[in-house]
Amino acid sequence: MAAAAAGPGPGSGPGDSPEGPEAEAPERRRKAHGMLKIYYGLSEGETAGRPPGSDPLDPTDLNGAHFDPEVYLDKLRRECPLAQLMDSETDMVRQIRALDSDMQTLVYENYNKFISATDTIRKMKNDFRKMEDEMDRLATNMAVITDFSARISATLQDRHERITKLAGVHALLRKLQFLFELPSRLTKCVELGAYGQAVRYQGRARAVLQQYQHLPSFRAIQDDCQVITARLAQQLRQRFRCGPGTLTHPAGVPGLPVAVRLPHPPHPEFCQPALHRHLPPRREGGSGAPEQAECVELLLALGEPAEELCDEFLAHARGRLEAELRSLEAELGPSPPAPDVLEFTDHGGSGFVGGLCQVASAYQELFAAQGPAGAEKLAAFARELGGRYFALVERRLAQEQGSGDNSLLVRALDRFHRRLRAPGALLAAAGLAEAATEIVERVARERLGHHLQGLRAAFLGCLTDVRQALAAPRLAGKEGPGLAELLANVASSILSHIKASLAAVHLFTAKEVSFSNKPYFRGEFCSQGVREGLIVGFIRSMCQTAQSFCDSPGEKGGATPPALLLLLSRLCLDYETATISYVLTLTDEQFLVQDQSPVTPVSTLCAEARETARRLLTHYVKVQGLVISQMLRKSVETRDWLSTLEPRNVRAVMKRVVEDTTAIDVQVGLLYEEGVRKAQSSDSSKRTFSVYSSSRQQGRYAPSYTPSAPMDTNLLSNIQKLFSERIDVFSPVEFNKVSVLTGIIKISLKTLLECVRLRTFGRFGLQQVQVDCHFLQLYLWRFVADEELVHLLLDEVVASAALRCPDPVPMEPSVVEVICERG
Amino acid sequence: MEDDAPVIYGLEFQIHIIDFDDENNIINKNVLLHQVGEIWHISTSPADRGVLATCYNKPSDSKVLTCAAVWRMPKELEPGSHESPDDSSSTAHTLELLCHLDNTAHGSMACVTWEPTGDGKKVISLADNHILLWDLQESSSQAVLASSASLEGKGQLKFTSGRWSPHHTGTQVATANDTTIRGWDTRSMSQIYCIENAHGQLVRDLDFNPNRQYYLASCGDDCKVKFWDTRNVTEPVKTLEEHSHWVWNVRYNHSHDQLVLTGSSDSRVILSNMVSISSEPFGHLVDDDDLSDQEERRPEEKSQEPPQDSVIATYEEHEDSVYAVDWSSADPWLFASLSYDGRLVINRVPRALKYHILL
Repeated sequence: MAAAAAGPGPGSGPGDSPEGPEAEAPERRRKAHGMLKIYYGLSEGETAGRPPGSDPLDPTDLNGAHFDPEVYLDKLRRECPLAQLMDSETDMVRQIRALDSDMQTLVYENYNKFISATDTIRKMKNDFRKMEDEMDRLATNMAVITDFSARISATLQDRHERITKLAGVHALLRKLQFLFELPSRLTKCVELGAYGQAVRYQGRARAVLQQYQHLPSFRAIQDDCQVITARLAQQLRQRFRCGPGTLTHPAGVPGLPVAVRLPHPPHPEFCQPALHRHLPPRREGGSGAPEQAECVELLLALGEPAEELCDEFLAHARGRLEAELRSLEAELGPSPPAPDVLEFTDHGGSGFVGGLCQVASAYQELFAAQGPAGAEKLAAFARELGGRYFALVERRLAQEQGSGDNSLLVRALDRFHRRLRAPGALLAAAGLAEAATEIVERVARERLGHHLQGLRAAFLGCLTDVRQALAAPRLAGKEGPGLAELLANVASSILSHIKASLAAVHLFTAKEVSFSNKPYFRGEFCSQGVREGLIVGFIRSMCQTAQSFCDSPGEKGGATPPALLLLLSRLCLDYETATISYVLTLTDEQFLVQDQSPVTPVSTLCAEARETARRLLTHYVKVQGLVISQMLRKSVETRDWLSTLEPRNVRAVMKRVVEDTTAIDVQVGLLYEEGVRKAQSSDSSKRTFSVYSSSRQQGRYAPSYTPSAPMDTNLLSNIQKLFSERIDVFSPVEFNKVSVLTGIIKISLKTLLECVRLRTFGRFGLQQVQVDCHFLQLYLWRFVADEELVHLLLDEVVASAALRCPDPVPMEPSVVEVICERG
Repeated sequence: MEDDAPVIYGLEFQIHIIDFDDENNIINKNVLLHQVGEIWHISTSPADRGVLATCYNKPSDSKVLTCAAVWRMPKELEPGSHESPDDSSSTAHTLELLCHLDNTAHGSMACVTWEPTGDGKKVISLADNHILLWDLQESSSQAVLASSASLEGKGQLKFTSGRWSPHHTGTQVATANDTTIRGWDTRSMSQIYCIENAHGQLVRDLDFNPNRQYYLASCGDDCKVKFWDTRNVTEPVKTLEEHSHWVWNVRYNHSHDQLVLTGSSDSRVILSNMVSISSEPFGHLVDDDDLSDQEERRPEEKSQEPPQDSVIATYEEHEDSVYAVDWSSADPWLFASLSYDGRLVINRVPRALKYHILL
């Protein structure tokens, strides 16, 4: 490399390649690589990889392997002008310098590494030599050891065989000894009550004795054993039958109580001391089912008939569980010190269900070999006892129906249901879990009914309150009560009741409650039960209750205060506009209804509510109209119109009518909006009585009204009627104040008209009617939607009175005005 | 009585006899002068078509007293007598007074009702709170008070209307005062039933079902028409609420009692079809003998659908309150109504319904 770099160095100065400046940098690096490769003997492989364009044998290639400085120089000198030669030279020198410095750096960098590597290799060579010697020595030692070992085992062979034989004899002897000792051992075991041990011994010996029974000595042992075993079996049976308590043990097992026939099963899970405080004797029942299970196990091991055993086992379990049921029933009792329902289900759950669980699991463990027949027996057993348990629980829950505390009930139900899941899983065939779910569903349904009743009662209560509130201030002679306030009270109270009920029944679907994921609670309960049954049912019944006020027999208005009608009407209208959809949305949100069954749409309910509101308002109009028309009617019927004096005043009853109408206007105004009036001339009150009677002389139709020509008047009024619309007296009412007032005034004035037509008037009677009508006209126009209506009806009244008058001399309009203004 | 349908109505001081010739659609009017006063109630004798009774206001200086009298109309004007000369329509005739029903002791007469099936000798009149039974003697020229009863109670009780039942051999009369309907036995003049609060307001009129002996229709100021079974008066059998103001009149059709006519001061006349409580059961098999098997099934099908009461027609020809309606006694399909403005309207039952009922 040094040579290659130095070679061209001095001579190549000025004659460098013309393309040099542009491709210099990459070119140089490539050159350097190429030379390194040649140095490390890679040239052959490298040449193959080279691009075919450049000739590797080109002697003028400065980086090529076959570079010939002479040729290169010659070429330069021949081909290049002087200036280029000079450039070439400078370049060459620069490159050489750069290469020199590169080389120096490389050498310095690698020098130390080379040296240390050489040292290491040398040291390794020495170490290996030492190790070879050690290995040789080890090999010889091992050979010696092998030799010794072989010799020792050869020596011990003989003794080993003898020891093995002796050990065999020893074992056999021990077995024999066990057999000989067996009767006494068994006896002792039985005496001590270690039945398990005895049964194990017996089991171990049985096969052997069976095999060697032809030998007299063994036979004797076998006989002995059989006798003892029989005794053992008998004892076990007795113990099993009578329960552990009745057995007296000579050894005095301390844990076993005496004379407790039906001990409480000590299931650790259910052994909560708090639960036993009502039943103190039970604590002594230390053992029971497990011990019995043990007996059965032992008896089975002794080869007793399994079927008989399982019957007996079940009979015993029945005895125990029935005792549980009896104690539960005692809690129900005729005169219960009644623990609350939660406690009751806890007792049931721990006592009965726990026991049943134990029995079932023990039975299945013991009599697994019995197959389907055994399982069927157990299922029947569980079904029967479970049925009785359910009956008790239902009786208890029925007592709970009246109470208002839902959370306790739900918790009790939850516990009841949860407890029954274990036996339900164990005994799928007995259908306990299903029955339990059914009970829970039934209770839930009853709860819904209870809440619906509660809501209805609350609504009726609200109505009673309103009635009282309406009655009280009136007695005190004050102004009308704050109807709007009452309405708000009623609405909010009902809404809060609805919400409370929703919250209460929502407990049934809470996530932590074990039965909330049953299909009934996910679907039907939410949609049919809560939404339809409770909410929709309540709104419907509310509408019905409200409507019943319209049909009440007291049509004279005595039964229901009109203000209540008005208030209910507004309430129903509010329900239609907002509350119904709010409540239903609330319900749908709280109870995510997944059921597909059809539900009552909001619009239907709204329509019902609106219809109710309309009927109530119409009824209100009728009632109030009746009150005023009765007043008018009495005033017309009781007066002697023939011999009345010349009118000086407006009659008091007319003032009363105006006052009452004003009061009604105020009352309705509290709850209903103003409504639309027909546009009229700006100053209607100035329209004097000229329109009726006297207007006939100069008025619109320009006829001449004379008392002697009644037919003309008839004709006239007929013509007038042809052009005016027919007045529908009891027309449907709209939800606004003006419409309500219009209805009331229409009814009143029509009554006045009909009453006037039934009387005969003297001259002054007619004039009094004139005055009265003018007065009414002055004050009533402002209340109605179309004042033309009032004018029309009042005109009609005066015209009718004139017809019913043998001496019709109308009063001067100005005098009428004066009287009215004075009054 | 041929095709003529005489209708009598009263107007101040005059009684008009209207002859309606159905074939030619011609109306004839005869005027009878009633000089004693304005007429408030009018009723005709069922036995003698020339005799009628009126209640009228007697003009006096300070007080109005309503009296009652029995009259005979001139022979040639008797309804159905064809000899009545046409030119007589213009001239006014005078009624011949037969007798007065003397009420000086009893107050104003509200109405007079004749014994419906008898020989026109017995009349009941209602005067204030008295119910008076009169015997007309010596060809109606003398009225003798046979018996009477009076209503006692709080306040001023006043009969408004009464009706003599065509059943029970004419021993029952129904009266109305205020909101109460009472039944009376004419033999003992004692009350036999009482419907308290029959209507919310005043009871205006009554009518007995001509074919079902216990059925009674009433109407009143509460805009309702109610149908009662007098054996059980706690609840009405049926209630109609078609009118929008006081109902002044209710009338059963004389032969087809499902047709009920009502007139009201809302100026409407309503003809209703009360099938469910009529004496003719709905789907009645008129003559199965003539029907072939196929057709026989049809009435059965009809009878399966429940009888439906309905409004047949609402007549709005009147411009003012209608105060009287009545059926023609000659033609069961014809009726007339009279309103405040003096308009008399004669209408027919719709042809379709007529054939439906007949066939």
